[in-house]
Amino acid sequence: MASFSSASRLTPSGGTSRGDRVFNVVVTAAAACIPLLLIAIVILLLVDAWPAVQRYGTGFLASTDWDPVAEKFGAAAYIYGTVITAILSVLIAGPIGVACAVYIAEYAPRWLAEPVSFLITLLAAIPSIIYGLWGFRILAPVMRAAVEPFLKNTLGNVPILGALFSGPTVGRDYLVAGVILAIMILPTVTAVSREILRAVPNTQREGMLALGATRWETIQRAVLPYARGGIAGAVILGLARALGETMAVTLVIGNSSNQIRPSLFTPGYTLASAIANQFTEADKEIYFSAVVEIALVLLLVAGVMNVVARLLVWSVRGPLGSATRAG
Amino acid sequence: MERSRAARLGHSGGLIVMATLASSVASPLTRTSGRVRRREVIDGLATAVMTLCAAAAVLVLVLILIFVTINGLPALNLAFFTERPLPQGEAGGGVAPAILGTVEMLVVAALIGVPLGMATAIYLAEYGRGRFATLVSFLIDLIAGLPSIVIGVFVWAWMVRHVVGHYNGLAGGVALAIIMIPIVTRTVEETLRLVPDPLREASLGLGIPRWKTILKVVLPTARAGIITGVVLSIARAGGETAPLLLTSLGNQFFQVDLLQPIAALPVQIYNYARSPYEDWQIKAWGAALILILLIGSLSLLSRWAANRRPGR
Amino acid sequence: MNAAGATFPAPLYQKWFDEYAKITQVQVNYQTIGSGGGIKGIQDQTIDFGASDAPMTDEQLGAAKGGPIYHIPSALGAIVMTYNIPEVNAKLKFTGATIAGIFLGDISKWNDPKLVADNPELAQVNQDIVTVHRSDGSGTTFGFTDYLSTVSPDWKSKVGSATSVNWPVGLGGSGNPGVAGEVQQNPYSVGYVELIYALGNKLSYGMVKNKAGQWIDPSLDSVTAAAAAALQNIPADLRFSIVDATGDTSYPISTGTWLLVYKNQTDQPKALAIARLLWWATHDGQKYNKDLQYAVVPDGLTVKSEQFIHQIAVNGKPVLP
Repeated sequence: MASFSSASRLTPSGGTSRGDRVFNVVVTAAAACIPLLLIAIVILLLVDAWPAVQRYGTGFLASTDWDPVAEKFGAAAYIYGTVITAILSVLIAGPIGVACAVYIAEYAPRWLAEPVSFLITLLAAIPSIIYGLWGFRILAPVMRAAVEPFLKNTLGNVPILGALFSGPTVGRDYLVAGVILAIMILPTVTAVSREILRAVPNTQREGMLALGATRWETIQRAVLPYARGGIAGAVILGLARALGETMAVTLVIGNSSNQIRPSLFTPGYTLASAIANQFTEADKEIYFSAVVEIALVLLLVAGVMNVVARLLVWSVRGPLGSATRAG
Repeated sequence: MERSRAARLGHSGGLIVMATLASSVASPLTRTSGRVRRREVIDGLATAVMTLCAAAAVLVLVLILIFVTINGLPALNLAFFTERPLPQGEAGGGVAPAILGTVEMLVVAALIGVPLGMATAIYLAEYGRGRFATLVSFLIDLIAGLPSIVIGVFVWAWMVRHVVGHYNGLAGGVALAIIMIPIVTRTVEETLRLVPDPLREASLGLGIPRWKTILKVVLPTARAGIITGVVLSIARAGGETAPLLLTSLGNQFFQVDLLQPIAALPVQIYNYARSPYEDWQIKAWGAALILILLIGSLSLLSRWAANRRPGR
Repeated sequence: MNAAGATFPAPLYQKWFDEYAKITQVQVNYQTIGSGGGIKGIQDQTIDFGASDAPMTDEQLGAAKGGPIYHIPSALGAIVMTYNIPEVNAKLKFTGATIAGIFLGDISKWNDPKLVADNPELAQVNQDIVTVHRSDGSGTTFGFTDYLSTVSPDWKSKVGSATSVNWPVGLGGSGNPGVAGEVQQNPYSVGYVELIYALGNKLSYGMVKNKAGQWIDPSLDSVTAAAAAALQNIPADLRFSIVDATGDTSYPISTGTWLLVYKNQTDQPKALAIARLLWWATHDGQKYNKDLQYAVVPDGLTVKSEQFIHQIAVNGKPVLP
């Protein structure tokens, strides 16, 4: 952290000049815009959502009835869709992402680590609409024609698990959305996990290797346990990103406000895709309030997830950016 | 401090692990080679799995890029870049308004977001200490994690509904700016922290006031990193679709007036992708290709600028 | 000028505004966000005029910020049952009851006896039906559900009719193009779209049995017949419904589509431009309807539209002489 407090004693005037005061005010004002912005967002959303909050109370979160005609609004199906697709994406991207990070941090030869890391980061640069387009046109037909029938025929008959794989395989469902989300959050999980792994002190590794442990054993028993909290944070950060993803999801998830069904082959909605589909045309006051309330719920959930994730990551890596810690 | 406690815990934990492992590892090592073989096999398996995962991730990236390129190339012709869209069902026309619109809104977003982001970064790196700074830092991360659709709802409620009265490009620019600010702030802040203190002290020692020191000494030194941050944020904002659906809406005519709805590439892709017209579907891929090229070159630019950063 | 709304007449409007720009240099930016979006846009005055296939309800009119709104009918069209069944090339026959059954989820397979009764060739098709509906607020949905509520008491009590309803089953597609796209992409699916979308994308569409008991193939003439039959009972504000019309040749799922405009405007030049555009649309513009498979607005209705357009005023003063 720049140490200006001691240095400012060196100014000849012995105090701060007028230019300094002005500059100070300007920068502080800019920084103050940030909390103002967040407060404004929360307040504006709350004000617009208030009629719905008042009218539906906690039933909004529990009921699956989304009926603009009868003015019954319950977002439970949307919440379920969001949770299911997010969990699915983490189940896929979590292990693979951490594995990629382990590869880059521990296994890859120096000349390979950078390019691979860069390529995986490129995945994060691809705009979500392009994931949506690719998922809609390339992945979904493949899922419908090959993957989903395969899953249905093999796992569909297993006693309890089979319920996850029942129903018509259309290719517009939670499963496809989950897979697309997994690809999208993979770079986040990998990048943060890689930082975490780098923060693990080498003494851990060296000690294990000196005792004759194999590389995998070192990782498994010395590095990963140390990094456990941070990696959990990385995964949760990925989860938070998955929660808010709109465009890629809405193109492949089916957009149908169905009841909550266990099958992964069900078309559905997530909170974010519901907002995107219904915001511009919520023509009744209460309908509009209900949609804004969805946005509010999404805001809160994403906010909480982010906070938890950051705290976990900080506990291993330190709060003030990645550059300040030298492991 | 938290960090050293965790380190101490980890360290002692590591020692305990090492001790127990030593007893279990050392003896088989001297006993039979079968046990060692099994551990080596597991190790080899683990290496294979890790490598496979990384390869799979890279493969997916390649697949996406290949499909976009193959499907998008047929759409690219002169008309695509210069003409406006034709009515449904008629073949031909282009996405020129969308390209212009994206560029225009990104400029607006940068004009708002970059100064705000940099000023905040300067505050956090050079001035901030104490609870307010920690709060701001924390909130920056929070805003970075906000779903972009929520930002779209907010900007609609504020700019589209109150300030202007109808869908407009300015609101789109503002929404993109809000997305850009956390990225700019974070990257610039990190870069500024890397500038060595002696530089600042020397400048102050010469009698240059603090604000001039920041503007004329610190910032220029950090220039490469700052460019990285700015370009990265523009690349990220350029790909956003959801907030634009609610703010700038879209336009099939050329439009430069910010107070009117403006077209944008991601929105155009979204509309074309869902349509049943083959001509439009090909155009969707073409627009996707342009978008990827645009963002890809911006990302590579930022990377090149990053590699010129001093002290790297 | 900025307008937004229904996808049902979008091919027509886009052609109109393209031509209008060539003739008058006035650019009308029309964005297809669904009838619901058009209604909300005009309510909030975020657009200059709206487009909807669903007439605004009294409640919606009450929520409009700028006062009274006129419904100017611009075209009439057919909502067709479009489907994608690889094995079947013949035109399928639907009744109100079977359509309601399919979209309620009661009829879930293509070889259901109720469907096979009218379509013997479906007996071989042992596949689940994938229904596709609109995920956005849609006048097409309104017309479709209006029809179903009229012919099926079951539908009326369970789902009802509106621009956005609680669909028991099926996938959602965004806009008429979205539904057509989904039907195109998913085998064994069925959806409801405007005629031109089925034609333009070479999708199969079926015949529907009308009130007189005849199997009607959706077409311009059948829509015009439906309009003529229903013309007897047109309300003064032109918020009519022509579903399930009487007459031997009437297509039962026909609907009109309207342009929504405020009676009281505030900006003189803009109000004049809007009035002129509406006049053009209801007169010269109608010559484009036929080629795009939309029926022309009957003269009886045009007369009433003219009266409304003449009443568009700024500060009480009509803009068109």
